[in-house]
Amino acid sequence: MLKQLEELHLEALAKLNRVSELKELESWRIRYLGKKSKLTQILRSLASLPLEERKKVGAQANEVKKALESSFTEKERHLEETTLISFLERQGVDVTLPGRPISIGRLHPTTRILEEICDIFIRMGFQVFEGPDVEWDYYNFEALNIPQWHPARDMFATLWIDADMGKGARLLRTHTSPMQIRLMERKRPPIRAIMPGRVYRYEATDATHESMLYQVEGLAINKNITLADLKGTLFEFCHCFFGQERRIRFRCDYFPFVEPGVEVAIECSACHGAGCRLCSYSGWLEILGAGMVHPDVLKRGNIDPEVYTGFAFGMGVERIAMLRYSIDDIRLFYSNDSRFLEQF
Amino acid sequence: MKVSLKWLKDYVDIKLAPKGLAEKLTMAGMEIKDIQEVGGTWNNVVIGEVIALNPHPNASRLKLPTVNISTQQITVVCGAPNIAVGQKVPFAGVGAKLIDGHTGKLMTLKPARIRGILSEGMVCSEKELGISDNHESIMVLPSEAPIGMPLSDYLGDIIFDLDITPNRPDCLCTIGIAREIAALTGKILHQPEIHYEEMEEPIDSFISVDIIDPGLCPRYCASLIAGIKVASSPNWLQQRLSSYGMRPINNVVDITNYVMLEHGQPLHAFDYHKLKGKQIVVRRSRNDETMATLDGTEHVLSPDTLVIADKERAIAIAGIMGGLDTEVTDETDTILLESANFNQAIIRQGCYSLNLQSEASIRFDKGLSSDLPLLPLKRATQLLQELAGGKAARGVVDAYPGKSEPKGILLSTGEVKRLSGLKLNISRITEVLQSLGFECRYTDIASQISVITPYWRSDVKSSADLVEEVVRIIGYDKVPITRLSSPLPPQEPRLSATRQQSNLKQRLRNILTSCGFQEILTYSLTSLERLQRLSPKLELNVTPLKVANPMSKEQEYLRTTLRAGVLTTLADNQKHEEAGIRLFEIGKIFLPQPLPVIASEAKQSPQDKKRLPQEKEMLCAVLSGPRAELSWHGNEELLNFFDAKGVAERLLKQSGLKATFEASDDEGLLPGKNANIIIGGDKIGVVGDLHPKVAQAFELSTSVCLIEMDVEKLLGKITGLKKYQPIPRFPSITRDIALLVSKQVTYQQVEDIIQSFPLVAKVTLFDLYAATQIPQGKKSFAVRIVYRSPDHTLTTMEVDKVQQQMLNRLYNELGAALRA
Ligand SMILES: [Zn+2]
Repeated sequence: MLKQLEELHLEALAKLNRVSELKELESWRIRYLGKKSKLTQILRSLASLPLEERKKVGAQANEVKKALESSFTEKERHLEETTLISFLERQGVDVTLPGRPISIGRLHPTTRILEEICDIFIRMGFQVFEGPDVEWDYYNFEALNIPQWHPARDMFATLWIDADMGKGARLLRTHTSPMQIRLMERKRPPIRAIMPGRVYRYEATDATHESMLYQVEGLAINKNITLADLKGTLFEFCHCFFGQERRIRFRCDYFPFVEPGVEVAIECSACHGAGCRLCSYSGWLEILGAGMVHPDVLKRGNIDPEVYTGFAFGMGVERIAMLRYSIDDIRLFYSNDSRFLEQF
Repeated sequence: MKVSLKWLKDYVDIKLAPKGLAEKLTMAGMEIKDIQEVGGTWNNVVIGEVIALNPHPNASRLKLPTVNISTQQITVVCGAPNIAVGQKVPFAGVGAKLIDGHTGKLMTLKPARIRGILSEGMVCSEKELGISDNHESIMVLPSEAPIGMPLSDYLGDIIFDLDITPNRPDCLCTIGIAREIAALTGKILHQPEIHYEEMEEPIDSFISVDIIDPGLCPRYCASLIAGIKVASSPNWLQQRLSSYGMRPINNVVDITNYVMLEHGQPLHAFDYHKLKGKQIVVRRSRNDETMATLDGTEHVLSPDTLVIADKERAIAIAGIMGGLDTEVTDETDTILLESANFNQAIIRQGCYSLNLQSEASIRFDKGLSSDLPLLPLKRATQLLQELAGGKAARGVVDAYPGKSEPKGILLSTGEVKRLSGLKLNISRITEVLQSLGFECRYTDIASQISVITPYWRSDVKSSADLVEEVVRIIGYDKVPITRLSSPLPPQEPRLSATRQQSNLKQRLRNILTSCGFQEILTYSLTSLERLQRLSPKLELNVTPLKVANPMSKEQEYLRTTLRAGVLTTLADNQKHEEAGIRLFEIGKIFLPQPLPVIASEAKQSPQDKKRLPQEKEMLCAVLSGPRAELSWHGNEELLNFFDAKGVAERLLKQSGLKATFEASDDEGLLPGKNANIIIGGDKIGVVGDLHPKVAQAFELSTSVCLIEMDVEKLLGKITGLKKYQPIPRFPSITRDIALLVSKQVTYQQVEDIIQSFPLVAKVTLFDLYAATQIPQGKKSFAVRIVYRSPDHTLTTMEVDKVQQQMLNRLYNELGAALRA
């Protein structure tokens, strides 16, 4: 019996050595360690043996079983590993081959910048409103302190719908500022709003002039809103958008519907203030006009200027996009050449 | 507006360097666009005197002047015909940088041998010095020019180019800017003193002035100078005019221009003897009255224009340009000098209707003060006597029917703080305002003053204007930086129309970009022809709104559809793009609104006769070309109708909507290959292939599929609120069936029947077959149906029963047979 066990052990080991696949290993297991294997039969027949022999054979048989089991586990691990390696070898590809292309869609750069601008102001509590592109002379000019024959009309080359071009005429809005009045007619203070949209100019196009542009108008009205708040709000915007290190200039300027009036410029990105062609040798790039809402404009919006103050600002989106991306020709925006658009 | 630093220094002491001064003015509202240095390159150019002039031995046209430049006497070669002994001239030594008269480039002067004679230096023309374009003759300096002085010390200057905003016509002159500088730098303004002799005879005996409408001409002042001699102006005067970009003409005209540049008041000189009837009348022009202006143009006038007339006819267009008939000529000996004030709007109207502008009109049309004319009139009278001789009549005409008393504006420290955030005491405020010429009076309240605006500042009308004056002189950089501390307005509710709309637009943009579409933005204005191209019959469904003064035919009409712009962009990009193109635009179209019916004419307001167009947000997307980029993975199929439909379905699905698609008859699209997108019975858009004629009209090279949706209608269909549905608890049973139907049966009909059974959870068409194995006139739909019950595990028997009922209905209603 003992000898038989010994032979069985040797035979099993020899067979195991020759096993080279997991499938073979399984049949090996069934043959030598399975329920119908010789070893199991021996272990089962132990009961019929005399006590002395039963002890000896039993111990030996269990030892052989343990040894075979551990050889099996080791072989199994070994085979799994080699199988994996050969599987991996078969699966390998030339990883430098290009991937399956997925067509990419992008937002227009104006939309991207517009969303970025709006996001900054939304985080400061401003709400977004939109208004009509075709406006009355009243909202675009008259209500903003620019009656017919006012010298400031020179600042706005206008495309008119109605040929009389005066009081009561329709026009394509030259700025988003008419929305100041429209909003005041609808809302009571506190007001904190931004109003993006298209504006139009009667202007021959060149590298720096377009007949259609996007603007973002801002308006905040309540008690105790000051020029200092305007400065703080616009500085915060510039820092968010252009970065903390850019210097900002806050200077006096004139727009008929604000008083005091403001122009904001940022340090020229090309020359850092030294003066170059981009900034017309001034070192500064103008980015927006602003000011405290003129008392007469507040009155037209049915807001008492003795009680309330407010600020307004307006910025050109393309101008800001041009500074952000170093675009030197504004006509690129609305000619929509894919070779331009796919860069953003 | 150009202004000379040298001239400014006549009125105010300036210590600041030009750059620092420019920065101060810019910050205070007068932007310096450019600083030009006259004589900045004139190294080694000095004033010399021609002391001898000999002919060139080898060239008859050339001369050999000897020039004394104090340190030495040099003989050089010169070709200018006007050179003469005794002249003071600019002399350039070797090494001087001059502008080459022929090439216009800056070059360094080297010794040269000209026709055998060595010339070490040269006598310069104005062009060579960059002063003017005159290269024919040498520049002759005034006789008092000191010999040996560097020319840059004598003639050099700094010219600032300022951007004067339309509210500050008082700064369209040298004294106006000097006044600003004085206030900004804490200096005092010195104005020129005025005194001249007058003759016995009073002005009234020469002229009378009649103003018909004081609203149009609040004031008319005039003086008369007899016995003058018209000649060219002295050098200094000519130079000052030239440095401001004005051409010298004669002493009389130059003086009027000089005083305008000095004080900002436009003046006009009439040849007194050419006036008829010793009378000036300021009136509107008569209809069809004609007049030739100084520029030689004949104008037909209308009552939109204000004129200066004598007894018989118009002799000048008020505030814009003088008339040719009464022009000052070399023979003129008596001058009537006008210094008046005109209504700003009538000048603008006149300029607009005559299409004419002048240095005078650009000042008057901004609104000059009616208190201004007298002082400049006297200043010009004085200069005329000094430079052209003659004597002034006693007194001046001063017709001033439009005089108004200045009103005090109250300003308190509180108001300054309320608007600017700057905390200033009343004495500081007073000091700043006084430096600008404002008169400040104390009031009963200690922190408040009453301010009288100086006459030249007619733009200042309210306390807000005064606050700006105070802050800009103190400096905008001194304004503190604070955060908005006022309470936030109530936020718009989530489902409010404004928020929904901008959210939806953003969401649609994001879905389309994630589907591989490039966003484009096209012009709102387009051409009629381009809109017509969208119809194979070239007909317009909607008459677009027209711009009255378009820049070009290309941008004359407001778009009534996004299609034209999107297709034009597609065609432009097809020219250089080989890959498939997917483009979209979300934007407004403009639909003219019908006028409301109004019962009575009398009740009509102007806004009843016109209406703003309806501005409608639309979405338009196009697809064309290969579906996938060229790659080794293959797939060269072209994008087709079902790609477009898939995108439309995704747009709707992600908005929580389900649409049905019904064959449509959109004339711009291919018949039989376009569908209306219907939600709840309403058409919200269309999807289809472009009509080949339209594609051809837009010069599109491959077939194009198009999606169009009405964003506002889409918005109306979105309920907004999503509700959670429990995840199914019981397993489903899946069955595949193949149905043989006749070709006329649509898939929608089949699906509608299948979907009508309550246990059906999902239906997917996974194959469509219509080939040889299929009987003629038939097609086969292979459909996968998922059955599920919300409350129990389905048995095979249950499903078999339902499916049998389903097949019966399909057979009875559509003639659909189960395919083996
Ligand atoms: Zn720069």
